[in-house]
Amino acid sequence: MARMTMIEAVRSAMDVSMERDDDVVVFGEDVGYFGGVFRCTQGLQAKYGKTRCFDAPISESGIVGTAIGMAAYGLKPCVEIQFADYMYPAYDQITQEAARIRYRSNGDFTCPIVLRMPTGGGIFGGQTHSQSPEALFTHVCGLKVVVPSNPYDAKGLLIASIEDPDPVMFLEPKRLYNGPFDGHHDRPVTPWSKHELGEVPEGHYSIPIGKAEIRRQGSAVTVIAYGTMVHVALAAVEEMGIDAEVIDLRSLLPLDLDTIVQSVTKTGRCVVVHEATLTSGYGAELTALVQEHCFYHLEAPVVRVTGWDTPYPHAQEWDYFPGPGRVGRALAEVMEA
Amino acid sequence: MTEFPQLSLHVPEPAVRPGGMPDFSNVDIAKAGSVPRPAVDAASEDIRDLAYSIIRVLNREGEAVGPWAGLLSDEELLTGLRHMMKLRAFDARMLMAQRQGKTSFYMQHLGEEAVSCAFRKALKKGDMNFPTYRQAGLLIADDYPMVEMMNQIFSNEKDPLRGRQLPIMYSSKEHGFFTISGNLATQYVQAVGWAMASAIKNDTKIAAAWIGDGSTAESDFHSALVFASTYKAPVILNIVNNQWAISTFQGIARGGSGTFAARGLGFGIPALRVDGNDYLAVYAVSLWATERARRNLGPTLIEYVTYRVGGHSSSDDPSAYRPKTESEAWPLGDPVLRLKKHLIVRGVWSEERHVQAEAEILDEVIQAQKEAETHGTLHAGGKPSVRDIFEGVYAEMPPHIRRQRQKAGY
Ligand SMILES: Cc1ncc(C[n+]2csc(CCOP(=O)(O)OP(=O)(O)O)c2C)c(N)n1
Ligand SMILES: [Mg+2]
Repeated sequence: MARMTMIEAVRSAMDVSMERDDDVVVFGEDVGYFGGVFRCTQGLQAKYGKTRCFDAPISESGIVGTAIGMAAYGLKPCVEIQFADYMYPAYDQITQEAARIRYRSNGDFTCPIVLRMPTGGGIFGGQTHSQSPEALFTHVCGLKVVVPSNPYDAKGLLIASIEDPDPVMFLEPKRLYNGPFDGHHDRPVTPWSKHELGEVPEGHYSIPIGKAEIRRQGSAVTVIAYGTMVHVALAAVEEMGIDAEVIDLRSLLPLDLDTIVQSVTKTGRCVVVHEATLTSGYGAELTALVQEHCFYHLEAPVVRVTGWDTPYPHAQEWDYFPGPGRVGRALAEVMEA
Repeated sequence: MTEFPQLSLHVPEPAVRPGGMPDFSNVDIAKAGSVPRPAVDAASEDIRDLAYSIIRVLNREGEAVGPWAGLLSDEELLTGLRHMMKLRAFDARMLMAQRQGKTSFYMQHLGEEAVSCAFRKALKKGDMNFPTYRQAGLLIADDYPMVEMMNQIFSNEKDPLRGRQLPIMYSSKEHGFFTISGNLATQYVQAVGWAMASAIKNDTKIAAAWIGDGSTAESDFHSALVFASTYKAPVILNIVNNQWAISTFQGIARGGSGTFAARGLGFGIPALRVDGNDYLAVYAVSLWATERARRNLGPTLIEYVTYRVGGHSSSDDPSAYRPKTESEAWPLGDPVLRLKKHLIVRGVWSEERHVQAEAEILDEVIQAQKEAETHGTLHAGGKPSVRDIFEGVYAEMPPHIRRQRQKAGY
């Protein structure tokens, strides 16, 4: 076991995968010599050579399009989109191509690619370094969507994603890269070295895509979250002194519906939390599923806590970010109903 | 068995990496004054050479030579020098403010001041730029108030963009400066559309598109060239080749093409390559291109050959990917020092006056900063309102956003 930040965990996942399988290649903007603007690929070019880890031209459609072509040949590209906010030029390749190659060729061709992309806000990145576009992926049939909340999961899930036979959108909450951020931006950041989930095996292991994890057992209300919001939810629950059950989805698609249904059936109340905007966000899907599967057990309407339906502002970041205060108020609302 | 050898992947590499000796011997630099100045109605195929050479006016001795010289008066050149010095002083102060936590982020122009400052001079009121984050000289040289720029950088209560945008992502229709996007290359093609609109309406205004070397790899760059070429749009397609795109050297975006300018030739767009650190050359080439556009002769592509002396942004440390002394070895020198030298050679400037001007300009910048700071900085003093998050998404606020604003307590 080693202590790792989320950056180191992600890097280790690629390292282990490249070591085991010559077909794994890694590329993206600034990914080669420099090792990525968040340093996630640092050292990989030196170790595996510049034909397995290299810089790409600034063309997201080119990066994803060539990754699809490499996958068709038989490689397993794990590419970096510098920020999730920059995946849009590649959206055509992702939605019309990567997602459907298996289906339209009836398995003649497949697309085992991974698109890693830093997601979410909390770094004063303004509207083009803060977005959470996961719902734009979950709405597309044929993609898997993974959002880890800690180094241990990040490594195991990234290895599973690289080994997966289908395209995986791997969203890395950038605010969690260096420590578990609970939304209290005015307090010092705890490093991952002080958190049990910062303890990561050095070798190969994988975590199945599609299994949620219960981060806190409880009986009063179920909180469904993923990524950064898992830590925000845990903080809010402690501060409110509510016996909540907190589910970390880890994978949005496929979704671990059983864990959700079991929990809400037990608690009878549910709060859904994400940083992305509200309208047509992934929370809408979660809320609908809870309603469909747990209606007769519900004692209160399901409440969503999300980013506002506006672009992500720069200066008003902490009024936009759905922090522990907002989650706490939603918990209180659901408990009173 | 095949008669052919095994294939191998070609991945371009810069000439030198950290630890090595900076080397620009591969950069072929034409002698100042040696490149001809064609008529503005020249056909692209007749001036192909201009996409491979470098148009230069100022020689090593500081003299203005050749067919592209002689366009600017002493007075105009002195003003040009002041603009570049102001941009440089502004950048230095704002980078320092960023380090002091007064703003979250900053991007400077160090070494590239001539490009946007001299280009602005070739534009007229009503023309429109679609800039990237590295063309603040367009504002400075158009006398946009520095205090306004700082208000935006500080996201304070007087921020014209109400705290919504990252620092330096200015917007000013009045000053012909389209709102900056953070997403690269998207605006290059929009500039073409703006120019097409001016032609559709039989107007006289022209547009200027801006992009960095690295960003020319985006599809939008290529779309822009197709549209500009097809409709002969009155647009200047500017490429600022400062050798680097964050840590990626220009060879990754350029690939096997000889130069970025040469990209225009396949589209039949006249393409010029110019010394981006030579204020006189930048102005002369910009004027040539704007004249073409104004005479309805269509687009021109210009590659400015320059060097990004500083980090990519306040978050970047270039010593991780290029030799520390690389900027000193850059063969085209420093734009401010070169114009200064020229003005001294012309006999209208001196070392003493330069030092004095530096002090005056610094004072002006400091005064502006003092004023801006009375309206707040990112984490202190006056701020934009939380209401500003919700306003301006639509012309009229829809009910769901109103409900969310109320929920936020505003
Ligand atoms: C679509 C998109 N992809 C990636 C980025 C991240 N990014 C910001 S600046 C930059 C480098 C741009 O280099 P260049 O075009 O040469 O301009 P320069 O910074 O040198 O002026 C990158 C990759 C972005 N902003 N938008
Ligand atoms: Mg560049």
